[in-house]
Amino acid sequence: MHQDVALGRLSRVRRPGPLQARLRRGREAVVYGVLLLCALVSVFTTLAIVAALLEEIWAFFDEVSLIEFFTDTQWTPLFRDQHFGVLPLLSATLLMSLGAMLVALPLGLAAAIFLSEYAPAGLRAVVKPVLEVLAGIPTVVYGYFALQFITPEIVRPLFTEAGPFNAASASIAMGIMTLPLVSSLSEDAMRAVPQTLREGAYGLGANRFEVALRVVVPAALSGIMAAAILAASRAIGETMIVTIAAGNMPNLSWNPLEGMQAMTAYIVQVSLGDTPRGTIEYSTIFAVGMLLFLLTLLLNIAAQWLLHRFREVYE
Amino acid sequence: MVKSDQQLTAPPFPLPVLSPTINSVESAQADGDLAIALRSLSAWYGSFQALRDVTMAVLRQRITAIIGPSGCGKSTLIRCLNRMNDLIPGFRLTGQVLFDGQDIYSKRVDPVDVRRRIGMVFQKPNPFPKSIYENAAFGPRINGYVGNLDEIVERALLLAALWDEVKDKDKLHKSALTLSGGQQQRLCIARALAVEPEVILMDEPCSALDPVATLKIEDLMRELAQNYTIVIVTHNMQQAARVADSTAVLMMNEDRAGELIEYGPTREVFTNPKEKRTEDYITGRFG
Ligand SMILES: Nc1ncnc2c1ncn2[C@@H]1O[C@H](COP(=O)(O)OP(=O)(O)O)[C@@H](O)[C@H]1O
Ligand SMILES: [Mg+2]
Repeated sequence: MHQDVALGRLSRVRRPGPLQARLRRGREAVVYGVLLLCALVSVFTTLAIVAALLEEIWAFFDEVSLIEFFTDTQWTPLFRDQHFGVLPLLSATLLMSLGAMLVALPLGLAAAIFLSEYAPAGLRAVVKPVLEVLAGIPTVVYGYFALQFITPEIVRPLFTEAGPFNAASASIAMGIMTLPLVSSLSEDAMRAVPQTLREGAYGLGANRFEVALRVVVPAALSGIMAAAILAASRAIGETMIVTIAAGNMPNLSWNPLEGMQAMTAYIVQVSLGDTPRGTIEYSTIFAVGMLLFLLTLLLNIAAQWLLHRFREVYE
Repeated sequence: MVKSDQQLTAPPFPLPVLSPTINSVESAQADGDLAIALRSLSAWYGSFQALRDVTMAVLRQRITAIIGPSGCGKSTLIRCLNRMNDLIPGFRLTGQVLFDGQDIYSKRVDPVDVRRRIGMVFQKPNPFPKSIYENAAFGPRINGYVGNLDEIVERALLLAALWDEVKDKDKLHKSALTLSGGQQQRLCIARALAVEPEVILMDEPCSALDPVATLKIEDLMRELAQNYTIVIVTHNMQQAARVADSTAVLMMNEDRAGELIEYGPTREVFTNPKEKRTEDYITGRFG
């Protein structure tokens, strides 16, 4: 009966003659060609950008050795006494990202455990989108939130020695910003853990918390780690928040109450300033940019690898 | 509807199981042979009634089989015995499940305690993605057992007849997912035994296994029945006939709710069923 209907519909379509078939093949060839061209254009553009960058980077490392770049403890390309040690920028980026993770991982994981293991379906349907709205807030808003609220209302009352620009408040803001990424991806990983595993643990006298912590989280660990790495990579690449809240003073320090300049903040400073193109000062941003790019690329590859592994576990 | 303990009446079936004195829940209880008594148990998923008015006794250190066509509520019934259905939203029940004379659904009872004393083995082997050792040690760990964990693990694996196959140090610490299906299921039995439960529930424990692995598990069940009370759900009637001391037959009524239509010593149920429907089911004319 069902088949009859399908056959009826089929028989109404006229079989294409040889001419139409050739025309259709011709049209497909044209579409194929246009799409290929588009793909090639974007590949070519990417290659051209990399080539242009490499040229600038080449010019930079012609004058500054890799050893100086990675061992000098001062970064003062814009001063008369020029130093090209990237460590103050690199450490500021890493410190602030680490701080952001200290905020985002425990909170994000707790939120994920709540959503996946505790919340009834109705509550989850409300909480999850609300959390995800946090991810949609423009980062410039977070930046001013850090500068105008977190610093004066939280950080400085607690630590009087904290400056108006400090790494801690940038970290907290970045932590809140990346929290939905952590919670959402971790929750996906935890919900992919088969219900039979949970039942196995309940059957042994585990309570809900033990099931979540000892069975679900370990089983979802690679997915959770991937979420953490992606969040870290977001924090490392984050520009607005660190520029607004942590200031623009290169500062090799592990004290989060001090102001410091992240790699991204430095790139913004030079790009917006009046440094003439073609100078060594200008080419510094390409060297810093390349380092930033390599850092986040590595993290993203690690996360992809972990995600891939975690998908294999239950298939 | 719910009767008090004093009013325990004889179940609507004779129970001439093994001891000639046992013919009612009451006398079984008096003999200390009654492990679990179900009284007028009805269960619902939302508005759908899955079980209707089930009354039966589970005898201590015996194997009780629950058989019946698929969808008749066997899993629902066995999962009522350790409050596993609590995890399903919309599930509710009326009636009583008495374990050692206490209603496990009473407000004072913590389901976690119930599950510690009444362990469960599932249809599909579900070892945790951890090492074999960690699987067996899981229950003792969360229940705060004191004592030598290595010994507890070894004892549980020995009891489950898996020890000889995994006793090498590096095998023991390999992922449980490297084991075969039958080995995984025996690991799940070991995992349950490590908590030292009194009752072990098994919901179609062999349905994912080959015949050789199935026979191994059946031997193991006979072995364990010397010290444990075992309830097994099976759709395989030969299996019930081979291993069970008593057999319960569940069947759907016209509203698709499961009802207990026959319960008694396995031999009686298979050779001399009281109900025509049981006979039809057992001889394959039904279901
Ligand atoms: N979680 C659930 N929600 C709703 N209905 C369910 C659920 N689990 C089982 N059922 C229904 O209850 C009835 C009995 O199921 P079940 O106990 O699994 O049967 P069996 O194990 O005998 O095959 C079936 O009609 C099934 O569709
Ligand atoms: Mg079932």
